[in-house]
Amino acid sequence: MSTAACFAGVLGGVSLSGAAAVAAVPTRVSAAASGLATAAVGVTGLVGGALAVAGDLRPAWVGWLVPLSGASFAADATSGLFLLVIGAVSVVAGLYTVGYAAHGHLGRAPLAVLPVFAGAMLVVPLAAAVTTLLLFWEIMALTSLLLVLAEWRREQVRAAALSYAAMTQLGFVAILLGLVVFAAAAPGHAETFPALRDAAVHLGPGPRAAVFLLTLAGFGSKAGLVPLHVWLPKAHPEAPGPVSALMSAAMVNLGIYGIVRVDFVLLGPGPRWWGLVLLAVGALTAVYSVLQAAVATDLKRLLAYSTSENMGLICVALGTAAVLAAAGRPAVAAVATTAALVHLVGHAAFKTLGFLAAGGVAAVTGQRDLDALGGLARPMPVTTVAFGIAALGAAGLPLGCGFVGEWLLVQALTHAVAAGGTLLALVVPLAVGVVALTTGLGVAAMVKAFGVGFLARPRSEGAQRAGEVPATMIAAMALGAISCGVLAVAPAVLVPVLSRVLPELPTGTAHGPGPALGTLVRLPGVGGSVSPALLAVAVGAGVLLALAAARWGSRRRPAARTAALWTCGGGGLTSRMEYTATSFADPLRRVFDAVLRPDVEHVVIAYAQSPYLLEKVSYRSWVHDTVEVVLYRPVLRAVAAAARGARRAHTGSIHAYLAYGAAGLLVALVVVL
Amino acid sequence: MLSVSGVAGMVTQVVGVAAGAPLLVGWMRQVRARLEGRAGPGPAQPWRDLRKQLHKQNITPDGTTVVFAAAPVVLAGTSLVIAAIVPGVTTGSPLDRVGDLFAVVGVLLLGTVALALAGLDTGTAFGGMGASRVVTIAALVEPTILVAGVALSVPAHSSNLGRIVATTAADPGLVASPAAALAFAALAVVVVAETGRLPVDNPATHLELTMVHEAMILEYTGPRLALIEWAAAMRLTVLLTLLVNLFVPWGVAGAGAGPAGLLVGLGAVAFKVAALGTALAAAEVFLAKLRLFRVPELLAGSFLLGLLAATTSYFLTGPAG
Repeated sequence: MSTAACFAGVLGGVSLSGAAAVAAVPTRVSAAASGLATAAVGVTGLVGGALAVAGDLRPAWVGWLVPLSGASFAADATSGLFLLVIGAVSVVAGLYTVGYAAHGHLGRAPLAVLPVFAGAMLVVPLAAAVTTLLLFWEIMALTSLLLVLAEWRREQVRAAALSYAAMTQLGFVAILLGLVVFAAAAPGHAETFPALRDAAVHLGPGPRAAVFLLTLAGFGSKAGLVPLHVWLPKAHPEAPGPVSALMSAAMVNLGIYGIVRVDFVLLGPGPRWWGLVLLAVGALTAVYSVLQAAVATDLKRLLAYSTSENMGLICVALGTAAVLAAAGRPAVAAVATTAALVHLVGHAAFKTLGFLAAGGVAAVTGQRDLDALGGLARPMPVTTVAFGIAALGAAGLPLGCGFVGEWLLVQALTHAVAAGGTLLALVVPLAVGVVALTTGLGVAAMVKAFGVGFLARPRSEGAQRAGEVPATMIAAMALGAISCGVLAVAPAVLVPVLSRVLPELPTGTAHGPGPALGTLVRLPGVGGSVSPALLAVAVGAGVLLALAAARWGSRRRPAARTAALWTCGGGGLTSRMEYTATSFADPLRRVFDAVLRPDVEHVVIAYAQSPYLLEKVSYRSWVHDTVEVVLYRPVLRAVAAAARGARRAHTGSIHAYLAYGAAGLLVALVVVL
Repeated sequence: MLSVSGVAGMVTQVVGVAAGAPLLVGWMRQVRARLEGRAGPGPAQPWRDLRKQLHKQNITPDGTTVVFAAAPVVLAGTSLVIAAIVPGVTTGSPLDRVGDLFAVVGVLLLGTVALALAGLDTGTAFGGMGASRVVTIAALVEPTILVAGVALSVPAHSSNLGRIVATTAADPGLVASPAAALAFAALAVVVVAETGRLPVDNPATHLELTMVHEAMILEYTGPRLALIEWAAAMRLTVLLTLLVNLFVPWGVAGAGAGPAGLLVGLGAVAFKVAALGTALAAAEVFLAKLRLFRVPELLAGSFLLGLLAATTSYFLTGPAG
């Protein structure tokens, strides 16, 4: 038995020595050093996660680490779950970095920062005091910002990093304020988590609501919840491949961790409206983000919006759990909580794989625009299969690793019946509709990403020149694909962890049984079961049966051959005639025109002789982030206007500044006296 | 759990759907032909077409990948799985516990996705167009099925199809409830859209630009085309079976029924599906195809009906146990 502080120290040691090693070794091997160091940090995280789940990490206090307050560490099974997920993503992303960075895509500074980022993410769930949490939260934010800036020479990267920096710092301020209000209620202003937990009962309803809303905003912005998501679809795609994977599959989970830790475990269980707020925010996030993903044409931006969407679904599940727990239906609340956790793990698996495959495509072809990709299935078969597995998971279809989580969520909503009277009877069907619409549009987004990006024929020179990625990247993707496959058919592998995590959560199994995740996934108390493994076997058997049926008459059949495409007799097909991602998504864009509000520029130039003879037709369309346009631009304009006003007072004259000082002092004195 | 009766019922269902689906399509065409004043080729014509296609040679177009070759098999395979799960002849299929209503919808979508990817894989404009349209329709259809499914699962306290059908058979009053009526209306629209019938898609069209399903499969020929046509017929049959047995479940064999019960179940479901198919074919005579961009309005309407059905069922049902 060791202490959590010891373990945090090991993590810090491994990541810092990794960073030092990257800085010291020759440039030639710096990529390998960074990748292996990150993977080592990930392995340490996995070990720590296993220890934490088993309950083998004692809480501890380290006085010297943070001035005045000291640092406090503890690990329960909830921390352990997040350690395991982040550790696993770090291992895969680290291995991938070895090959990815050897291509010359990463400088030495980002390579050195990478293991530190992974280490900081792994320490966050171990923090057991406000200061400790905030310290490592900020280290995580800063290191990830440096990694986003890895390709700082490009204008979009700098813009994305600026947006990320502003949002992450505002989020930090919100968390800080929320936790300060919380800690102020604790006896002697103690700031360790056990003290906060005891203090929660003494908190009045007003401050309690303030803490909930502030921490939800702060942690929610990290998880990419609408309307605080605007940085995510900019920063995640602009980061290098493995960093995108780490941010989108590991860092966003810490936003969920914050909500679970502070709002559920420490502050909760809360009143019903907390659950309803979570439900509403999650539903808005899920539908809005999946719509944006369905019309996105940038492969990595599409994946980033899908991250936001899945965090929204997890939030819906947590909200449902909170509402049901408040309404006295603990068994169904446990189903919803399980749905959130299963989906979190599944999302981490398929999103890692998706971003690694997309990173490989971007590295090889130099393109992220789906309208310029295509035809990658032949030159990059392994990457194509990897992305296909990830897309199947992201679409939430059976045989994919996102299915069980979404299935549990729909089941929890179905059995939420008669739990809380009229309001719930109105809210729950809406939530079902939102989840269903999200899945449907998610399928459309993923068919587009895979079908347009990887199948058909290349639409640009970059896509034409594509070749398969190096062996280490393939190995990393293979690891990711295996995890996806295992989670898809055998969710039972999560049972040893979840059976320890769920009793710790107020909406978990503390007050009743949870769903059984065996070969047959069953629900407590109500009917309803599904078996991903047996369903996969059944589909396999069905496919074999269909193959056998297709052999009927094959003996009298002439030999199979290949031939040119028929194309309705047209012939001479060029890639300009193919459907692109934009045209593929056009019907959906039209259906949701009111929400997406695309800008369309349609220019038709006719010959002078006749308006019916056209010389040139050009068509361009952009889909902006509507939330950003409607919500952020006015605020930014107001800030800029205020700054201009303030600038007018800055005349540069020392006399004016002295007068301001005197006036300020006078006002202060008048107010105080 | 693995009862002889259940296994026998499941096998009967699969064989019945596999053999009967082309006949249903032929029957619907024949009904339409007669109503339009034509003689019609008879209900067995789809089977003759299939036999002819299966004796032709396999042609793989240049530039296509394994997706093109695999899609028909996946489509037919998923249709067979659904035929085994959906309670047509018996509610006691051993696969009933393996896949509930939501899983069935997912497996159905799996087939749709496979075919859409094959359409994109050809790289032709029509393939992409068909894929884009079918995915748009599927994306809007899925929410309706799920919401209507929840409306039906709430009174049964289970989303497993066998249990829903058994509950309705035991308590016929449920069919007359407003929730069931709304869910039926929603599901009927969805089944029409998902199987590519009028007014969403015209299965007999000759104009590529108006096609949805046919546009995706323009490059297919021979045995692969036969598989797709067979699978499309099976999907139609299975969805009609589901629709009819969710709302008119009488005659379906229970979990422990003997051979006689299964025979009665088979006869009942064949009769009911044929009747529904006749009604659908007769209605199609009087319908014109909707413009593609009017289809979402129709689907949004059915989604709203599904939502109302779910809300109603939450109000009408008490908690389990």
